[in-house]
Amino acid sequence: MTNPKTKKRLSKGLQYALLLAGAVVMLLPFAWMLSTSLKTSEATFMLPPQWIPENPSLDSYKQVFETVPMARFFMNSVFIALVTTFFQVLICAMAGYAFARIDFPGREVLFYIYLATLMVPQQVTMTPLFILMTKLGWANTYKALILPGIFSAFGTFLMRQFFQGIPRSIEEAAFIDGAGYVTIFFRIIIHLAKPVIATLWIFAFMASWNNFLWPLIITSDTAHMTLPLGLATLQGRWTTDWNVLMAGTLISIIPMLLVYVFTQKYIIKGLTHTGLK
Amino acid sequence: MVGHTGWRKAKTLAIFLLPSIIGMSIFVILPILSSLGLSFTKWDLIGDIQWVGIENYVNVLQDTTVHEALQHTLLFIAGYLPSVMIIALGLALLLNKKLKGVVFFRALYFIPVITSWVAVSMIWKWLLNPEFGIINYLLSLVGIQGPGWLLDPNWAMAGVILTSVWKDIGFITVIYLAGLQEIPEHLYEAAQIDGVTPWQKFRYITWPMLSSTTFFVVTISLINSFQVFDQVWIMTEGGPAGATSVMVEQIYKNAFKYYKMGYASAISWVLFVIIFTFTFIQNRIQKKWGYSHDES
Repeated sequence: MTNPKTKKRLSKGLQYALLLAGAVVMLLPFAWMLSTSLKTSEATFMLPPQWIPENPSLDSYKQVFETVPMARFFMNSVFIALVTTFFQVLICAMAGYAFARIDFPGREVLFYIYLATLMVPQQVTMTPLFILMTKLGWANTYKALILPGIFSAFGTFLMRQFFQGIPRSIEEAAFIDGAGYVTIFFRIIIHLAKPVIATLWIFAFMASWNNFLWPLIITSDTAHMTLPLGLATLQGRWTTDWNVLMAGTLISIIPMLLVYVFTQKYIIKGLTHTGLK
Repeated sequence: MVGHTGWRKAKTLAIFLLPSIIGMSIFVILPILSSLGLSFTKWDLIGDIQWVGIENYVNVLQDTTVHEALQHTLLFIAGYLPSVMIIALGLALLLNKKLKGVVFFRALYFIPVITSWVAVSMIWKWLLNPEFGIINYLLSLVGIQGPGWLLDPNWAMAGVILTSVWKDIGFITVIYLAGLQEIPEHLYEAAQIDGVTPWQKFRYITWPMLSSTTFFVVTISLINSFQVFDQVWIMTEGGPAGATSVMVEQIYKNAFKYYKMGYASAISWVLFVIIFTFTFIQNRIQKKWGYSHDES
């Protein structure tokens, strides 16, 4: 007969082993990216592969910045993500508040129209949006890269849900003091909404930072490319220089990784509740 | 007096809602309607728009390239969905054990989720390199000669599926973990007294209690997988020999390579109808069979 205590310890050990195996599978590709980016071009084609490069060098990073305007891609991604998220959060919060609190004729119908747009995939709207942008002469501009990303039915929905959960008594006291909706919103409501704002901000940031299809369609000029598109361009120029490609990939991952480290709790909570990514 | 408050209310409403309504109209609602309109026309962006009725739809239904793209999309789903669900559920069950460091592992598994598809695809394209990639090297260590992966029409889709499963596991795991944490402890305590085996616990308590989570996972995964594009575009561009050509790639090519705006729009509406139908059936099944509990 086995001792139940030993059995428990064994099963615990097995569970940790499995968790660890999972972690290795998840991290190994990233480790391999880092290792490759520190190699020379010849070293990437060595068999058996070196896990730790013999003569580590930062040359591939230099090459990334020399062949494509990586710094520019980087700044474009940062700029577009920050502007998009700022306006998305503000506009969704204000609209969500109106839908939750202000009565007006046609409110329900309008809200259902918003919800209905959620069912239509991005691929349906991208062709007309492309036509609209080119006819306006906005192809290869920041306007074209930013504006369509700002308006979000999902964000409005998320905000409305949150505001409906806030007790009305909080605003009523302010109304008696003669404050209007705008004052109440910016003085009181927006502070209460910090957690939901954080959630929406992170979603919007992630979506903007990782967006590929829309920039691919609307941008052909390198000066306006974002990181994912820039990476794809880099791939076109250095098809076999994997050290350079991995260096570029690593650079593109770092900012989102930093955001993740600091906002991990909100991301995981938010994703769990909304199923969005 | 009423007029005054009415005016004031209208002003307030305008401040709160007008930016959203204008933006949603121009960038979402109008494009949806024009896409529907475009799908009944022929237009190359330069010449005149030609009304062709349902011709585009008739052509989509007869277009073997689109048929193949749909088949590949379904093949992708058939490979991706069960794998990601089974692995994620397994990991979630492990993470749900009260072990030390679980939060840390959960955070680790999640890193691929926050990484862009483009970056993930680049990394995996290198990992799956037939000659110098690490996957085939590891396979060779155990005496297996690895396939050509993305260069081999028979294996390219497997490579895309493997990459997608790896990227999304953390996401589905976290959703399953949340579902597991909602199962009331007392159900297991009662089972403990009755002396049931771990498998019975899973079969008769965990799995049924997770049914609404599973439906949720299936629904969002289906919607996302029908729209698979980024990883395919970076890893194979639909090749080799069209082996990984998928629906969105067909929309993209028709619109932005061949400039067939009407035809591309028609394909996108066909895709919408397919996604809508699947989601609708899913919902029906859930209403009929699902054990529903509040999931907020």
